[in-house]
Amino acid sequence: MSLAVRVIPCLDVDAGRVVKGVNFEKLRDAGDPVELAHRYNLAGADELTFLDVTASSSDRVTTYDVVTQTAQEVFIPLTVGGGVRSVEDVDRLLKSGADKASINTAAVARPAVINEIVARFGNQVLVLSADVRRSLTTDSGFEVTTHGGREGTGLDALDWIAEASERGVGEILLNSIDADGTQDGFDIAMISAARAVTWVPLIASGGAGKPEHFPDAIDAGADAVLAASMFHFGPVDMIARVKDALRQAGHSVR
Amino acid sequence: MTGRPSVAVLDYGSGNVHSAVRALERAGADVELTQDVDTVLNADGLVVPGVGAFAAVMDALNAIEAPRWIGRRIAGGRPVLGICVGHQVLFDRGVEHGISAGGMAEWPGEVTALPSDVVVPHMGWNTVQPPEGSTLFRGIEDQRFYFVHSYAVQSWDFDQSIGAIAPPKVTWSHHGADFIAAVENGPLTATQFHPEKSGDAGMQLLHNWITSL
Repeated sequence: MSLAVRVIPCLDVDAGRVVKGVNFEKLRDAGDPVELAHRYNLAGADELTFLDVTASSSDRVTTYDVVTQTAQEVFIPLTVGGGVRSVEDVDRLLKSGADKASINTAAVARPAVINEIVARFGNQVLVLSADVRRSLTTDSGFEVTTHGGREGTGLDALDWIAEASERGVGEILLNSIDADGTQDGFDIAMISAARAVTWVPLIASGGAGKPEHFPDAIDAGADAVLAASMFHFGPVDMIARVKDALRQAGHSVR
Repeated sequence: MTGRPSVAVLDYGSGNVHSAVRALERAGADVELTQDVDTVLNADGLVVPGVGAFAAVMDALNAIEAPRWIGRRIAGGRPVLGICVGHQVLFDRGVEHGISAGGMAEWPGEVTALPSDVVVPHMGWNTVQPPEGSTLFRGIEDQRFYFVHSYAVQSWDFDQSIGAIAPPKVTWSHHGADFIAAVENGPLTATQFHPEKSGDAGMQLLHNWITSL
């Protein structure tokens, strides 16, 4: 008996609709977010993550409404990210019904915002979303990107994950930019490298294409797995299939 | 009693309490988020949520004299449910980052850091071991519940040699070490996990508590 591996569907929300692309581009419509949240809850999702991929502030308000509507009826943890820059943004998300907020670009720009947020709301509230690509510009070969993977930072991803952990984030969402949307499998080397530099829970993301991919991510050191495309566009029992694959590989699931 | 039991959720500025309010409503209670003393004292049940640091939660509770009202309810046999840090502050003390803060001391014991050789925070769905005759876990003994915490009570030091007192029912879980996941002690009940975030199992647990009011 031990802690179960969490299986987390991710809903990228743009102007009140779920969208999904390949390598952060070529977005296509994947449905109504509240309806999908319901479906995933019934299907056995352990948590839900909403990523607000919109740029405009009016669409951001729409995302808050989506979170509020979902939180009314879905009683599992909800994480919301996208455009989180400050203590005030996190406060607003929590008041909308989110349990956790994820932060990315704003933390790279000003790392102290991590300390500010966790001092106010506790470690458990903040997820560091690290969009990481393979690169020859850093010592480890892994580089942090921002703006949905479009901009390199020159920052070594492993240094950044270690620093964010020290500053108090409660979780790391490790998203492989290279693998994102390809459905070719997780970046196993990246997960192992990240596991070695942090003690907080690690969520593997990017590249999942079939249930058999998931146990590898856990074996490499992830505590949870996040995916979008294969849940949105796959068979309705995909969450159960993923959990079966994890269970058969000897991992605990709910 | 006719109708739905009334439940007051103590409003003292703790994190996301709205999910607790909604879950309790769904589980069968008439719920009010409040710090009004009359409501806090007179509701059929009082829920004390809690998110964040032990010392900060105690400061916020003390600021509205909550320990006094909670103590008065317990003395009168009126049910109270503590959740997460609302569970932890019912013990003697909390030690976080080397800072020791006093709790409400309803139960003996210290809240201390989980072992450093496991991933912390302890975040996710874990199993529990409820004792025989648990009311809270009736029908959901084998379910998993959602935990988020880095500190826990890791020993149970209650003096059970006094025969006249019915011994509290203690539920254990494990993450790096055994720790207390829930306590049922007459009117006073507490869970380290978040029933309001534990899906159907959490809903059933809240329903079990509400129907005991």
